[in-house]
Amino acid sequence: MKQKVNHLKYLTEGIIIENPILILMIGLCPTLATSITARDALGMGIAASFVLICSNIVVSAIRKFVVDSIRIPIFIIVISTFVTIVDYVMQAYTPALYRVLGVFVPLIVVNCIILGRAEAFAYKHNIFDSFLDGLGKSIGFTLIIVIMGIIREYLSRGSIFNFVIGPKFLISNPMLFMIFPPGGFLLIGIFKAIINKFILKKEVID
Amino acid sequence: MISNPLLIFIAAFIVNNILLMRYIGLCPFFGVSTSLSTAFGMSTAVLFVMLLSTWVTWIIFHFVLIPLDLVFLRTAAFILVIATLVQFVEMFLKKNFKTLYTAMGIYLPLITTNCAILAVTFLVIDYKYSLFQSTIFAIGTALGFGLVIILFSAIRERLEFAPISRSFKGYPIAFIAASLVALAFLGFVGLFGLTL
Repeated sequence: MKQKVNHLKYLTEGIIIENPILILMIGLCPTLATSITARDALGMGIAASFVLICSNIVVSAIRKFVVDSIRIPIFIIVISTFVTIVDYVMQAYTPALYRVLGVFVPLIVVNCIILGRAEAFAYKHNIFDSFLDGLGKSIGFTLIIVIMGIIREYLSRGSIFNFVIGPKFLISNPMLFMIFPPGGFLLIGIFKAIINKFILKKEVID
Repeated sequence: MISNPLLIFIAAFIVNNILLMRYIGLCPFFGVSTSLSTAFGMSTAVLFVMLLSTWVTWIIFHFVLIPLDLVFLRTAAFILVIATLVQFVEMFLKKNFKTLYTAMGIYLPLITTNCAILAVTFLVIDYKYSLFQSTIFAIGTALGFGLVIILFSAIRERLEFAPISRSFKGYPIAFIAASLVALAFLGFVGLFGLTL
């Protein structure tokens, strides 16, 4: 029973306590750049999650054969293989989304979350635990990026996932500020302040 | 597509500033912009590596990957080339140019995972720039990175002593300051007809 709780911890840790964006502050570039609408944010979240989960599994599977001194280049090759797969699949099946995300799809390869998890977790744990860890971190990442996408899309267009729901004044006078870069910075600053207030209370006061 | 070298430079330098307008390279932005000296060291290293890696990857893409029909290896090839290049440059500088090496210090190895470097090498391929245009683009981007990171480090040195409420201390206020700086840079959109 104790063992089972331990495994689930890897999954749940990534969602709030070790949320890659809000707590660890890594992987910020795609978070801010692709959260302009909820749909783009979800696309980016799924693409990065696929790469993270697959690379965690593969790194964990090959960890016994990898020579310690050249492990980083090997991780990078594993990650870039999956990034290339995502890149080409998105180009073929979701060309509109690919055009919006642009250079951020190949840039998943330098997303610090993915290399960080390969080095800190997958290299030391078995395949199942690595899968759970990747899944947890992916949920945490996708959750925040989609929430940001929903808020920014709602304030700037009065719609969520392209369904118009907003009150009339928001549609006729949208907050265009939110789709531009300053809106993204402001929103993540406020998110981080809220997290500091409720979750990291003790550490901040120090 | 812009082809005038001067416009490419201004677009890369200010209008489409890589940090504030494109959101690329934010990890080092918030990491090293805490003091003026670290910001300066980082931006020198970025200028140097960005220029070298843009040349090397441009040549590799056009003279190796395209003739051999290996374009799908772009991501893997570029990141490995940049990682190797940075290691090589570091050893070379350490041996021959001691002053330059001490100026860039620890920032050189950190740059391998700087997405700004990799993004520029991808962007010059996507924009179909010539080698000369790529050089202008890389210089403009690196100077834009340096400008923003140095300006921002001055703001953050001020913020250290500002009376800020507890939950906003540190990262949150840095993000909000970045938002205001980005708002100022938004004013440059439309300069010489350049858009986001």
